Amino acid sequence: MDTMRERFTTVVSRLLDEDPRVAVVLAEIGADGFSGAARRHPDRVVNVGIREQLLVGAGAGLALTGLRPVLHTFASFLVERPFEQVKLDLGHQDAGAVLVSAAASFDWPAGGYTHMAPGDVALLDTLDGWTVQVPGHPDEAETLLRHAVAAGDDKVYVRLSLQANRDALPVDGERFRTVREGGSGVVLAVGPMLDHVLAATEGLDVTILYATTVRPFDAAALRRATRTAGTDVVLVEPYLAGTSTAAANDALADVPHRVLGLGVGRRELRRYGTIEEHVAAHGLDARSLRERIGAFLTP
Amino acid sequence: MTITEERGRTYAYEDLPRLMGLMTGDEKHGPAATSTLDVLWVLYDRVLRVRPEQSDDPARDRFLLSKGHGPMAYYAVLAAKGFVPVDWLPGFGSYDSPLGHHPDRVLVPGAEIGSGSLGHGLPIGVGTALGLRAQGLDDPRVWVLIGDAELDEGSNHEAIAFAGPAGLERLHTVVVDNSSASHARPGGIAARFEAAGWSAVTVDGRDHEALYAAFTAPHPGRPHVVVAQVEPKSF
Repeated sequence: MDTMRERFTTVVSRLLDEDPRVAVVLAEIGADGFSGAARRHPDRVVNVGIREQLLVGAGAGLALTGLRPVLHTFASFLVERPFEQVKLDLGHQDAGAVLVSAAASFDWPAGGYTHMAPGDVALLDTLDGWTVQVPGHPDEAETLLRHAVAAGDDKVYVRLSLQANRDALPVDGERFRTVREGGSGVVLAVGPMLDHVLAATEGLDVTILYATTVRPFDAAALRRATRTAGTDVVLVEPYLAGTSTAAANDALADVPHRVLGLGVGRRELRRYGTIEEHVAAHGLDARSLRERIGAFLTP
Repeated sequence: MTITEERGRTYAYEDLPRLMGLMTGDEKHGPAATSTLDVLWVLYDRVLRVRPEQSDDPARDRFLLSKGHGPMAYYAVLAAKGFVPVDWLPGFGSYDSPLGHHPDRVLVPGAEIGSGSLGHGLPIGVGTALGLRAQGLDDPRVWVLIGDAELDEGSNHEAIAFAGPAGLERLHTVVVDNSSASHARPGGIAARFEAAGWSAVTVDGRDHEALYAAFTAPHPGRPHVVVAQVEPKSF
């Protein structure tokens, strides 16, 4: 199985062939994968060099001429470094783009904190009108990327990761999916967190929702789930803990409810090692999740 | 006064002070506003191929005002050329006015970008030039107006360094130099563009004929910058 990022290269290279509106902008990272596509479409595959502010600004300019730009680099350089460009060159200009990140929260733990971006989705949450896709499997990534490119002039963020679930689920680019139904609580697993959540909740009488489209937040699905499972809600997100807590609270504003937001801790870990070690250090492995979810849902 | 009636009227350069005088409330940016007046007039009067009824025409020239603070001269020129009604000008900066102290492309007819935060126009201009090229639109030219102090922003350096080697021939920049940068580059503004492979001309920013000649100078295979020197900003 290829990685989500390899799938991105394959799928978007194909979209470049199929759709004359599609343009790809890169800042060195990922450029090798697009070398074939760049030969076929030299004007629509642009590598601006190591210039992330230009990456986003140029993407906005492409959009203003009517193209559909796809911008790609690591999350820390795509969302965090040029954040004002994301806010002004896209949002304020009323221009759209598909931002596709890699490396996620800690895909390269040995690379250290400079290449980690657990706060990317929370940061985008300060802006209006972004769709955020967090696939949990390369097949889902392909579907969501196709949705994102086809989404007119929308502003879409697709967050790719090396963390992935074993099996893909059907995703529609909009709604949460009910994976399992129970009567004592709702656990919402986002993208690559699903396998850990399923393992952690084995034998628990809970409803499991699976989210790959996290913004807009499918409030209706959460409300529906709480009607049979009750209004104790646990969110398990592969990025900063609590990123979607406000969205869940808003969804349940008119009923008494409790929300526990689990995810990557805010404190810098200052450890290298492996993805698995970082998952465990943030309490997102199945055993830690079982303890924390169990303690929260047990009256 | 209706838009039609205004468009029926021809405004000249001599009308601009009166039009600018209709706008009040942003006097702190007065020097920034007047520094761009002649550059804007020559561009809109003689160089840019864009008219109000062409605002969605893919083949129009694009003018991106990156130096968005002190936009009174810009609004005056847009009004003189019929992009916005003259009777919008007195409302400048008020709640119900589309004309803010920084322009918003969503609100101002003819404005290609919203600006105010420095260092955004040139990167967007690079993308605009790339987008036109990718669609085979070979005629339209892209112009970006920035200030000399704005040039300090690193994002501009990213754009300058890319556009030269990329040969973005249709990209043009005019730097209005009123000596407002705190740490000016030794050797001048043109030198930094030339080092990146741009064609560069430095002229008197008040001399309409010199500006016109600089704006229309051929620059095959290279982006082109015009440094328009005006009197230093007084503090």
